[in-house]
Amino acid sequence: MKTVAEILKEIRPEFDFATSKDFIADGMLDSFDVVTLVAMLDKNFGISIQGVDIVPENFKNHETIEALLRKSGYKQ
Amino acid sequence: MNFIFRRKRISGILTVVPAREQSFVEDMKNFNFSESRSLKLKEVMGYDKHRIVEPGICVSDLAVFGLEHLFNRGLLNRDGIDALILVTQSPDHFMPPTSNVIQGRLNLKQDMLCLDINQGCAGYVIGLIQAFLLLEQESIQKVIIINADVLSRKTSPKDRNSYPLIGDAAAITVVERDAKESVVYANLKMDGSRNNVLMIPAGGFRLPSSPATAVLEEVGDNNLRAKDHLHMDGSAVFNFVQVEVPPLINDLLRHAGKAMNEVEYFFCHQANRFMLQKLAEKMKVPYAKMPSNIVEHFGNSSGVTIPTAITYNLRDRLIREKFKVCLAGFGVGLTWGAMLLNLGDVYFSDMIEYG
Repeated sequence: MKTVAEILKEIRPEFDFATSKDFIADGMLDSFDVVTLVAMLDKNFGISIQGVDIVPENFKNHETIEALLRKSGYKQ
Repeated sequence: MNFIFRRKRISGILTVVPAREQSFVEDMKNFNFSESRSLKLKEVMGYDKHRIVEPGICVSDLAVFGLEHLFNRGLLNRDGIDALILVTQSPDHFMPPTSNVIQGRLNLKQDMLCLDINQGCAGYVIGLIQAFLLLEQESIQKVIIINADVLSRKTSPKDRNSYPLIGDAAAITVVERDAKESVVYANLKMDGSRNNVLMIPAGGFRLPSSPATAVLEEVGDNNLRAKDHLHMDGSAVFNFVQVEVPPLINDLLRHAGKAMNEVEYFFCHQANRFMLQKLAEKMKVPYAKMPSNIVEHFGNSSGVTIPTAITYNLRDRLIREKFKVCLAGFGVGLTWGAMLLNLGDVYFSDMIEYG
C-alpha cells in the first residue's frame, strides 16, 4: 500500500509536498489533481470518499487529507 | 416542486450525433499539462472520444436531419406534430426562435405550437414536463421535444476544464397520450442565485461580443479562455450535484411511493464518469444501474446526454420491453430535476450519425 506522500508525489512529482501547509493555495494541486487524488486514495485505501467531502479544505495538507481518510472509514 | 402526469408516455427516441470524432489524446496537445497528468485524468473522468460538429453546423441542421430520417422511414407523420419544443443553449439566432426555423425548413403545418426553451443539462426533464403539460390540451395529440446543442463552437480548445468533455448532439423525443393508466412523477428545483457557475459571459445584450471578449485569458489551472467561451466552475458544479441530487431523487421516490431498488435504471446527465460514480456511491446504487458510458464515447452534450444514454444502452430493447427508469438532469441555472416513469413499448429507439 502506498502512503499519501507517495501518491501526491506520483500526481505532481515536481513539488515537495513536505514543505507546504496549503497545497491548494500554493498551486501544487488544482481541481483536476484533486479528482485524481480522490480516485487514487479510494483505490489505495479501499474506501469511498463521499462526493460532498470533495472540497478544497479537505486537501490543504497532509493533516486534512489524513482526517478525511479517517472520516471515510480508513482505520490505520 | 412535485408534478404528477397521468396517461402520458414517451413513444419514440432518436439520437443524432455528428460523425466527426475527436480524441482526448489529440486534445491533449492543446493543454499546458504533462502527458502523465492528462492520462491520469482520462482514466478517472472517462475522457476518451467526443463528437463535435464541423464548423458552421447549427442546432437546426441536426434537428432537421433527424426529423427527415423519421419522416422518410414512416416512423413519424409530418402532419401529426401539434407542438415542437426545442431545448437548447445554442440557438441558430437570437431571433427568430430556432423551433420556428425547424418548422419552416420541414414545411410543417401552421396549426401548431413552436417553443424554444433555454435550458441545458436538466433540459430533458424540463422538456418532458413542458410536453406533458401541453398534452393536457385536447387540440394537442403529439409533441416533439428536440434537445440539441452545438456548444463545442463556444468552448475554448485550450480550456482543459471543458473542451475535452464537450460533445454536440441532438435528440428527438415523441410524447403522446397513453391509452393505459400510467403515471409519471417529476420533481424540479431551481436556484438562480448560482447562475454564474455555468455561463457564457459574453455574446448577449449584457456584454455583447467584441474583439475584447474574444481575447484568450489565463483563467487559472493553466487554462486559456475568452469571455465568448463557455465557463464552467467545475468544483462548484461537482459539489452542487453531490449535495442536491441525492435528496431530489429520494424526494421523488417518496412522492411516488417507490423504493430505490424498484428502479431498473437511473439515467442521469453525464458530465463525467467520476461525478456519476460518486453519485451512485452516495445513493447506494450499483454502477450498472447508472450508466456512465456516454462521456467516453460521445462527450457531454448537455441536455442530450440522457436520451443518448437511453438509446445507446437500451437500443431496440426499448421497442420490445418496458423499464421503470429514473431520469435526472442537473446543471445550468442552476436547475436540477428528476422524473420517474415506465419507459418502453416505443415505436423507435435509435442513434444515427450526421455528416
